[in-house]
Amino acid sequence: MGPHHPSTHGVFRMDVKLDGETVVELKPVFGYLHRNHEKLAESMSYLASMPFTDRLDYFNSMTNNWAYALAAEQLIEIEIPERAEYLRVIMSELTRLVNHVSLVGFFVNDLGALGTPLLYAFREREKILDLFEQASGARMMCNYFRFGGLRCDVPEGWLDRTREVVDRFPKFLDEYEKLLCENEIILSRTQGVGNLSKELAISAGITGPMLRASGVNYDIRKVDNYGIYDRFKFRVPYSKGEVGDCYDRFMVRMLEMRESIEILKQALDGIEAGPIMGKAGKVFKPAKAEAYGRVEAPKGELGFYLVADGTTQPYRYRVRPPSFINLTVLQDMCIGQQVADAVIILGSIDIVLGEVDR
Amino acid sequence: MSLLGGGIFKGMAVTLRNFVGSYFDKERLTTKEYAWRTDGKLPERAGDYPKEEAEQLSDTTTVTHYSRNFPMLLHDEGEPMDTVRCVACQICERECPPQCIYIEKSKDKKERGGNKAQFYPATFDIDVSVCMSCQICVEVCPFDAIVMNSQFELSTPDRFGGLLLRRDDLLKSNDYYHKIHPEEAAARDKRIADEKAAKEAKKKAAEEAKKKAAEAKAKAEAEAKAKEEAESAEKPAEAPAPTHTDAKKEDNGE
Repeated sequence: MGPHHPSTHGVFRMDVKLDGETVVELKPVFGYLHRNHEKLAESMSYLASMPFTDRLDYFNSMTNNWAYALAAEQLIEIEIPERAEYLRVIMSELTRLVNHVSLVGFFVNDLGALGTPLLYAFREREKILDLFEQASGARMMCNYFRFGGLRCDVPEGWLDRTREVVDRFPKFLDEYEKLLCENEIILSRTQGVGNLSKELAISAGITGPMLRASGVNYDIRKVDNYGIYDRFKFRVPYSKGEVGDCYDRFMVRMLEMRESIEILKQALDGIEAGPIMGKAGKVFKPAKAEAYGRVEAPKGELGFYLVADGTTQPYRYRVRPPSFINLTVLQDMCIGQQVADAVIILGSIDIVLGEVDR
Repeated sequence: MSLLGGGIFKGMAVTLRNFVGSYFDKERLTTKEYAWRTDGKLPERAGDYPKEEAEQLSDTTTVTHYSRNFPMLLHDEGEPMDTVRCVACQICERECPPQCIYIEKSKDKKERGGNKAQFYPATFDIDVSVCMSCQICVEVCPFDAIVMNSQFELSTPDRFGGLLLRRDDLLKSNDYYHKIHPEEAAARDKRIADEKAAKEAKKKAAEEAKKKAAEAKAKAEAEAKAKEEAESAEKPAEAPAPTHTDAKKEDNGE
């Protein structure tokens, strides 16, 4: 299957061996979108890699920026102003909404619900992308975070507009849930399909909503408390059952959006005026050191590992992409299932090929 | 699940509401129409847009005041090349992540806007097929010479030449910048003015201090001279004995 559109997730090929309609063997083949991201970053300044991180998981450029900034900020001592921290949380949670809402759209698209739910999702996503454009100048490739803060402050009235969008979002979610969650076709196609056990999920290093759908309560926002996440009250939805099927993964994301809205409301209440950039030197030149920064990206643990050798360029630059590692269990989930189900299982993993291939 | 297919009907009700709502509810309509040409026609062929209209498009409702697309070079009021801010320092060329800028420095220097003579870019090319609109060049520019344009109607049938923006294509006036990014331009102008004022204040302060010092020195000299004259007039010269502290200092020094 593939490399063009085994589902709607980019250039990705699955070598599938079948017995009738049943999958016997499945090998993911990727690398079609490889563009040498890691090696390229070693030949340019630290800051110059920032716009390239946007292009990893092109749905979630803000969280990618944050993970990279987090790693680089460990290399130098720098204090991040309060307002920047709040804006980082706001941007990151808006990103989570964008990702989950469109993922659900793509997922039901794979099921055959062509267009309608996806377009509803995109309609809401559009409003958030407009906010991103007003803040950073670009809708998707935001390139907004900087070491020690943010590139620029948000324009006047932006916070009010954000509040409007956030306040209206639950209404859309109600509608979306009504549209999808009880639909018999979705239930019968996703329940019991693509089971992932807790043990396998943990030993394969799965992170993010997929791990939580398998019944593990693990969220880096809670574990690391990076940024100022310890100030917000929110719950981490995870599946109680031991099944970890496609429906669990779908529902975990639906519930996570509600929690994101809670965080957003608290952050919008708490934010105050102030500077948005810490005192940083003009040239970013850290001493010899190593750093690993990770965030809970919408798809899982996104980490950047940097080795500095005292020059303006990193000696080693490594990305730990959540989609790539979550993809490793694809075969285990697909064996014994129907071919048509393999497409849904792939959809429920939530991969973006920009991140898988780097 | 009480009724078989109940979930589906529920979903259908949602789609129906959305369908009807799309005629009345503004919230359910987010699509914006593409900007039309002033003669009411859509361009038939790529690159069919007249250049002036393409520029105007970035000033219409099609894009917001915050949107960025590709870089442009700023010049102040007057002939573009006489007032261009760029001094061909090549920092942006070096920092550009995808390496899409090519600059050649001029051989001679040119005076611009009352500042001292500086180099200017003899060649300044940006390959917009490579540029990724990241704005790093804008951030690193110490002269506020390069900013982002929001003009998007750049499609052209010429794949190589058409997408290589030359210096004269890139030159845009500060007024145009104010038109497409009013807030950002105002903030930038204010910062430049502040910096200039601070610099001038500093210069003035330095000059005043210098003047003061010179005055004080002149005064001291005059006084000393007057005193000397008076002293020499009153009584025969009396060699001023070195003070105690001075002598001690010398001792310590040795």
